Amino acid sequence: MSFIDVTLQLAEGFMTTLLIFGVTLLCSIPLGLVITFGSMSNFAPFKGLASEASSKFVKTLADFKPIRCITKLFVWIIRGTPLMVQIILVFYGPGLIFGAKALPRITAVLIAFIINYACYFSEIYRGGIESIPKGQYEAGQVLGMTKSQIFFKIVLFQVIKRIVAPMGNEIITLVKDTSLARVVMVVELVQSAQDIIAQKAIIWPLFYIAVFYLLFSGLLTILLNFLEKKLNYYSG
Amino acid sequence: MAFLEIKDIYKSFGKTEVLKGIDFTLEKGEVLAIIGSSGSGKTTLCRCINFLERPDRGVFLIDGEEIFNAEDKAYTDKQIREKRLHFGMVFQSFNLFPQYTVLKNVSLAQELMRIDGSEKKLSAAEKAEIRADIDANSRKLLDMVGLSEKTDSYPCELSGGQQQRVAIARALAMKPDILCFDEPTSALDPELTGEVLRVIRELKTSDRTMIVVTHEMNFARSVADKVIFMADGVIEEIGTPDEVFGDPKSEKTKAFLEKSLENPLA
Repeated sequence: MSFIDVTLQLAEGFMTTLLIFGVTLLCSIPLGLVITFGSMSNFAPFKGLASEASSKFVKTLADFKPIRCITKLFVWIIRGTPLMVQIILVFYGPGLIFGAKALPRITAVLIAFIINYACYFSEIYRGGIESIPKGQYEAGQVLGMTKSQIFFKIVLFQVIKRIVAPMGNEIITLVKDTSLARVVMVVELVQSAQDIIAQKAIIWPLFYIAVFYLLFSGLLTILLNFLEKKLNYYSG
Repeated sequence: MAFLEIKDIYKSFGKTEVLKGIDFTLEKGEVLAIIGSSGSGKTTLCRCINFLERPDRGVFLIDGEEIFNAEDKAYTDKQIREKRLHFGMVFQSFNLFPQYTVLKNVSLAQELMRIDGSEKKLSAAEKAEIRADIDANSRKLLDMVGLSEKTDSYPCELSGGQQQRVAIARALAMKPDILCFDEPTSALDPELTGEVLRVIRELKTSDRTMIVVTHEMNFARSVADKVIFMADGVIEEIGTPDEVFGDPKSEKTKAFLEKSLENPLA
């Protein structure tokens, strides 16, 4: 099998890798923000119950923030278990547990990836949001801005600037994590190399795929650096 | 009837009582200086007036209209937004928006209120007209604080004194009835305080009412119409600058003034 044949076959697998990468990024970036809002929610339905004289139990209940608790529990589970297990669970789980028809393989992979990455992103966002000085919110408040105006017109941009570097880290990791998709037989880059090895008994394509990953993450690094420079027009 | 009436303000943080019954009135066009040592509650009072902290008890009125009453628990966000526009606030640490130019810092809130927040649907021509009006007004304010050359700069490119002057223009853009300054020069290098104090002094016109929390005794004495000395969460002494600085009645005021005016080199 010639070098060109191998390259073409690997390129086909690489398209699937790109698909997983692109769709995951596109969906998990906004979903992460929703999870961030959940994990920072101050909604406390029993707040009104407590007064100075209430018992400790009532006071604890009044401080209970259900949305925040549930979101944090969810993020803990997703970040605390391997992505590979999550992919397997999304693909085989519905069939094994409910006897439901399995999702298409690529759909199952995408769902697992999007949820997993959204959880990681949400924590990066939260760190970014919490790092914005309180004075920025107060300045917006005294100028009569609404909460959402303060968030979208003042805070969000500053958050983006602060999180470009850690987001870049996750994005580069995602490039290589896509290889986990082959656990449910999605033929991405690594799996297509495996196929060649199995059929043609040659080993070098397995090393050759590293070049694909390197070139792609190199390209992303350049893009991210460009973005970081663009955002650097002000300091602070 | 006084223009601003503050009645019986109490505020605690947990078990610490910071304000223990603050009462004062202010006439339109008057400048009030609030002095006192750190921890006496000056800043908290300023923040309460601007709805950044909610007093536990108390009422404030502007022109006889009740703006805030701690008994009324249920102010909606919208009500608070409308009420707080009676007041403007200049912070110790400026709090300019770093990603916007000086001009945009001044015009942003007006744009959000008059264009994005407009109740009726605006045509493109109306929007352009409002924008032009806001732009002209913002430039005028920046000219007034001496920064007409810096409209396109970013806050990080300015000195502390210039940043604070932008913050003053930004607060004025909302046309507040009463402008509050929370230690406006405390974060500045000594050589930069003069330019900010000069701007505040120039703002003193017949109809501009101001409350200035400050450590600059000479400034308070020369600019203010009324001085409040706060100690331990209460108003220890209130009067004209000549009364408070020239002939303080309370021992605490005397001790504070002696310390503040003491020249360490003499």
